[in-house]
Amino acid sequence: MSTELKLPLYFDNNATTPCDPRVVEAMVPYLFQHFGNPASRAHAYGWAAREAVEVAREQVASLIGASPKEIVFTSGATESDNLAIKGAARYSARKGKHLITVATEHKAILDSCHALEREGFEITYLEVDAEGLISLDALRKAIRDDTTLVSVMYANNEIGVLQPVAEIGAICREKGVLFHCDAVQALAYLPIDVKAMNIDLLSISAHKMYGPKGVGALFVRRGRPRVRVQPIIDGGGHERGMRSGTLATHQIVGLGKAAELAQKAIQEGEIERVRALRDRLWHGLRANLDELYLNGSWEHRLPNNLNVSFAYVEGEAMMMGIKQIACSSGSACTSASLEPSYVLRAMGVDVELAHTSIRFGLGRFNTEAEVDYAIDLITDKVRFLREMSPLYEMVKEGIDLKSIQWTAH
Amino acid sequence: MAYSQKVIDHYENPQNVGSMDKADPQVGTGLVGAPACGDVMKLQLKINDDGIIEDAKFKTFGCGSAIASSSLVTTMVKGKSVMDAEQVSNADIARELALPPVKIHCSVLAEDAIKAAIADYRKKRTDS
Repeated sequence: MSTELKLPLYFDNNATTPCDPRVVEAMVPYLFQHFGNPASRAHAYGWAAREAVEVAREQVASLIGASPKEIVFTSGATESDNLAIKGAARYSARKGKHLITVATEHKAILDSCHALEREGFEITYLEVDAEGLISLDALRKAIRDDTTLVSVMYANNEIGVLQPVAEIGAICREKGVLFHCDAVQALAYLPIDVKAMNIDLLSISAHKMYGPKGVGALFVRRGRPRVRVQPIIDGGGHERGMRSGTLATHQIVGLGKAAELAQKAIQEGEIERVRALRDRLWHGLRANLDELYLNGSWEHRLPNNLNVSFAYVEGEAMMMGIKQIACSSGSACTSASLEPSYVLRAMGVDVELAHTSIRFGLGRFNTEAEVDYAIDLITDKVRFLREMSPLYEMVKEGIDLKSIQWTAH
Repeated sequence: MAYSQKVIDHYENPQNVGSMDKADPQVGTGLVGAPACGDVMKLQLKINDDGIIEDAKFKTFGCGSAIASSSLVTTMVKGKSVMDAEQVSNADIARELALPPVKIHCSVLAEDAIKAAIADYRKKRTDS
């Protein structure tokens, strides 16, 4: 084990990513030196800020194959999701009040849908299979005459599973309904082309792609079809009336720079490096430990995500044991609600196994030495905790855990 | 979860981890909780003819505070009479470990484990 590693290791890049130093460097001048309000049309301070915002708009647009005029800056992906779902649904309410989404979507989508239900909209929540994928056939069947919007994320934040967005886009285009895609997790790792994929609305976050927190964007298609959204924040009419509020120049500059770097990284094959690290972690763990269960499809998966159930070892206890690695768990004990991950439950993962799930998110700044350290540490701790687990002992004695009359509490 | 140092100590150096022979008439075994709820405790007490707990062993599947609660319980009941061990309450365990409110159920489970182990021991006695 190397002693030069900076501990704790950061293996939680699906939660957030560190801001790339090149992004920080780009942002700083816009805090003091070029502090102007981009909406100030009459002086040089405003012009400098406006120019920086427009450069960022181009950088973000370029990442997804859009035109700069189709980018609306927001405070982050939660706002982008809210604006896309509520904004598009309310604008099209006269046409129809039915939306389609997926049970494993991010809470920003699901809770926006719940809010619309209270306004009288009807939502269909598509189910996923054991791999976490939706059925295109089920989507086709769910689209009705009064359906106005389909919202499906590109990559799931917990299990990294990739939905077939190009196929979904084609179906939506054919049926004449709008397609919103929350692409937050995928942006830094997979090429996205909103035209080729027939995406009408796309949510973007900076802090999931090595940019700052507190800024994001929504792509709103202008060509055919022209997409209209009703604003959810009223005010000075910024961002062509879709999102009022003074533009956060330095944040937007950071988002733009992050987008530029992400595009470069994808083109230069940096993604293969991250995928190799993730694969090394998974193969290393599997070589050392039995009864590991991968959550979500291996084939259709983000290159940086690994979500594993370490059977018979509770997730929070596991995280305490590997505190030198920053990661996440789908265990109930790590959540305020005391409910295990709804994403895993929607895939039909046994609640027992959901309690033992750990999510590792590799990223731009991780190294092979870190992965090797992690494999050794996790192996040790899982063995230690399984030695302490009555369930592991029972299974090794040949007892079927399902045959026991457990006392739920 | 921000745990007290005592929870961390018990988690990192758990006391009396292990198993005893379930068939031994002097051993009472308590298995409480459920895998679906995220915690299962197995507590075993070896009780001599004078009703004194000579040894205690546990195995726990659960979060850090569940492991700490069971580890603590083994140290609390060892050397006690069965009657005294029955008096150990979840409040004692929670206080000793300074458990956060969302983790109180772990101490309840640990109390249940003591009661279940003693009940098993008594059942063996009356059956034999």
